This record gives sequence, structure tokens and C-alpha cells, in this order.
Amino acid sequence: MVNPTFRITGLDAFYGNKHVLKNINIDILPNAVTALIGPSGCGKSTFIRSLNRINDLILTFRREGKVCYHNQDIYAKDVDVVELRRRVGMVFQKPNPFPKSIYDNIAYCLKVHGIKDKDKIDATVESSLKKAALWDEVKNSLRQNALTLSGGQQQRLCIARTLAVEPEVILFDEPCSSLDPISTAKIEELIHQLKQSYTLIIVTHNMQQAARVSDFAGFFLLGELIEFDKTDKIFTAPKDKRTEDYITGRFG
Amino acid sequence: MRIRLFKEFIIEKLIFLSGIASILFVILIFVFLLKEGLSFFKEINLFKFISGKHWYPISEPEQFGILPMILGSLLVTLGAIIFAVPLSIGAAFYISEVAPGKIKDILKAGIEMLAAIPSVVLGFIGMITLVPLVKNVLHLPTGLTAFSGSIMLGLMSMPTIISISEDAINAVPKSYKEGALALGATRWQAMYRVTIYAALPGIIAASMLGIGRVIGETMAVMMITGNAAVIPHTFFQPVRTLTATIAAEMGETVYGSMHYYSLFAIGIILFIITFIINITADMVLHRKHK
Repeated sequence: MVNPTFRITGLDAFYGNKHVLKNINIDILPNAVTALIGPSGCGKSTFIRSLNRINDLILTFRREGKVCYHNQDIYAKDVDVVELRRRVGMVFQKPNPFPKSIYDNIAYCLKVHGIKDKDKIDATVESSLKKAALWDEVKNSLRQNALTLSGGQQQRLCIARTLAVEPEVILFDEPCSSLDPISTAKIEELIHQLKQSYTLIIVTHNMQQAARVSDFAGFFLLGELIEFDKTDKIFTAPKDKRTEDYITGRFG
Repeated sequence: MRIRLFKEFIIEKLIFLSGIASILFVILIFVFLLKEGLSFFKEINLFKFISGKHWYPISEPEQFGILPMILGSLLVTLGAIIFAVPLSIGAAFYISEVAPGKIKDILKAGIEMLAAIPSVVLGFIGMITLVPLVKNVLHLPTGLTAFSGSIMLGLMSMPTIISISEDAINAVPKSYKEGALALGATRWQAMYRVTIYAALPGIIAASMLGIGRVIGETMAVMMITGNAAVIPHTFFQPVRTLTATIAAEMGETVYGSMHYYSLFAIGIILFIITFIINITADMVLHRKHK
């Protein structure tokens, strides 16, 4: 049995008085893709956003229970949140490149972590863009403003930016929901490759996507984790009636 | 039917008139200034006017050199910028990014109150508090200096700079900040390298508008800066600004005299300076929207 990257036990989350996650227990295994599916507003995003503590930005957010990353509770007092976020990267639903050049978008991440050597930065910019399958499209326009790229390119730039920091885990919060089918296919292909070296967690409400890219899948409904298992099991032989109803399209 | 159309017509025209009124006023003011001021330049060379070092408008022979006043205005403005811009940007960041809800509301109310204080009151307060303080602390022969004026004017321009900068900072999409933090940036790194960067055009425009207000301000500077029309060498000596010259001398001139027209000529110069500043601010703002 491999050690899980994340072990979440009894996680409850609230926005003000609204109870959005109810007693979530889940183990996330390394070097695999874990997909979280479920209808909108069922707590998937809240869940994934508690794994790198980006939810701390929301003032009304409150949580109970444990989120352990390599056996270390990330909500403990002595945790370095900045270091946690470096190791647990995140790609957002809406592509959010900074209003800088393509080059500077990636160089920014390195400067943040104190890397000043220009050759090192150049090399990382190139290698991250290559890993994100964007290099060939932008190698002649690295000085162009990132906001002029197409939505799919922007999203891959955001992935490249995340890779440049060399995280261990990458959280994808509905990375394809604002993209066209071709860009979506490219990102899925990319997720497939990244699995070799990273632990990936992807939130999606596209079930085909979950079936295509993931090894494990969890089904969320109204803040509860209804079922969590290997993806093929969830999709072929779900144990819970509600999971079956959802994946066969009877609601959601 | 006909009445309704007529009503529409009237309303449309009224709105049109209100719309162009401000532009019309600016043009009228400029034309009026030119009319009164241009005859002055028939007698005195523009270059001599601007570069002349002596202002003796009623001596024999009279001398019209406004270089000391131009430098006075610029010096006081420069001082006010150095004092007010960093402080205001810091305040804007504190209010929009750091301050908890209640403090934020109190601060915003305070800034609005500061904007509402008439400049003559600020000048008066400056005269009885700041001026003696500057004199005693720095051991100067007088506290009526460019330095005192700069601080008072800086205070006056802060509400403008703070509120417009704060709007610009708030307009930065939250996703930028989230993106930066998710990459492992510290709160300060996210603020400094992403939020300021994205808000910069708005912050620059805010500062320009604040500067415009400082250059055009009259009452407070007149009361605090000492009004000596000599070329200033340091911050700590009395200066006279363009605006103060007009305000102080207009009541004493003979209508139609050279002195009278020279004050309008100063008005033209002042108008051109503020016009340039506003246009620059506008251009910076528009670049942001593209």
C-alpha cells in the first residue's frame, strides 16, 4: 500500500452559516489522476480549494476536520502556507494569466522564489512551456502580452506557470469549462502526460472527461462524498443508486 | 402624438445642452483668458516673461518676469508629490487590501471628510500649527516656506489620490491575486508584483489628478508659503506661486494696465500647465482601457 499524498479525515466546511462540505473522508494517491465529479454547487471546488488553503482568502470560510499532506496537517498553526502552495499548485477554472508578457508570466513564479539567474529563468521558461505543450505556438512571441492568447493557450500558459514552480501536486478546478473542444482535448492529453510525474486532482462536471483522464473518481452531491473508487468501477458498477443516476444522466 | 414628439425633441436638446455645457465653459474661459492676456504679449516677449527673474509690476521701469513664481509653483508641487503620492498609495493599499471591514469604513469616511475641508481652513490651520512648528524644529528665520506649503498641499491632494488609486486597485481581478498566491507568492509579493502592476495606470492617473489639484490650489499656499517672489534655492525658504500672485494682486491693479493684463497672462501659463497634466493623466487612463 502506497502512502497517500493527501489524507482527508472528517472534513467539514462552511461559508458563514452555509454547510458546504459534510464529513469528507478521502485518500489521494500519488502519481494518479483523481477526478471529482458532481453537479454544480455540490462542494467540489470548495474541497479542492481547501487542499492548498486558497479558501483562506474568503473571509467567511471556516473548516473542521483534518487535511493531511504527507502526514502533516496543513491547517496546523506552524504550517508555512506559502511553501504548501508552492508544492500544491493550482490551475483555475477561468484562465488567469497576469497582464504581463508570456515570458514574464513564468519568470514571475521564479522571481517569487528568489531565482534571479537569467539563464536559469530562460531555461525554465522554455522547459515549462514545452511541458505544457505551448512552446511551439509561442516560441516566437514570448514578449507578447499573455492576454492576447486564446483561452486554451492562456490555460496552458497557466499550467506552464504552475509547472515552473515544480510542485508535487497540481489541483485543476474545472480547467476546461471555459474552453472549446479542441483546447479541451489538448489539456486532457497534457493531464495524461503529467500523471507520470505529478499527483493530479481534477474537478469537472464533464463526466466523459472524468472517465477519460482519471484513475480514481469521487462523486459529490450536496456537500457529501457519495462514492469514491477506481474510475472504471464508478462508471461501470457504481455501488450507490445516486451515483448511477448521475452518471447515466438522470439528473445534474 | 405631436405633443409627445415635441416633448421628446425638447428633452433631447436639453440633454445635449447639458452634455456640451462643460466643454463650452472651458472654451469660453480659455477665449476670455486669451482675450485679456494676449494683448500683454504684444508688449512683452513671451520668452522674456517666462524666463525673467524679477517681478516688479508697478515699479518704473516695470519688470514682468515670472520665473520665480513658476519655480515656486513647481517646487511646492514637487514637494507635495514627494510627500503625498507614496503616502496615498500606501493608504490606498491598506484600505483595499489589508484593512478589516470596520477600519476600512472609518478610513474611507475620514478621507471623504479630509476632502470636504475648505482649503482656506486648511491654510489657516497650517498657519497656526505647521508654520511655527517648522520654524522651531528646523531653526529657520520663518516657517512660511515651500516646505510647509508642500505638506499642506500634499494633505489636500491625498483624498483624490487615495480614492482613485483605491478604485484602480479594487478593479484588479481577484483571479490575479489568487493566481499569484497559488504559485506560492507571499501576500506582499502578490501585492507588489501583480496587483500594483495591474493597477499602475490607474494609480498614475490618480497621482496626476492630485498634482493638478496642487498646482491649481491658491488660498492655502498663499497663507503658508510666505509669498516672496524670489528664485528659491532650497525647500526651506519662502516662495510665491503663480496662483498666489494672481489672487494677491488682482484686487490692487488698475483696470486695463499692463499689470492687470500680466495677471491674465499668468493665468494662461497656469491654464496650459494644468491642461498638459490633465491630458497626460487622460492618456494614461485610456491606455489602460485598451
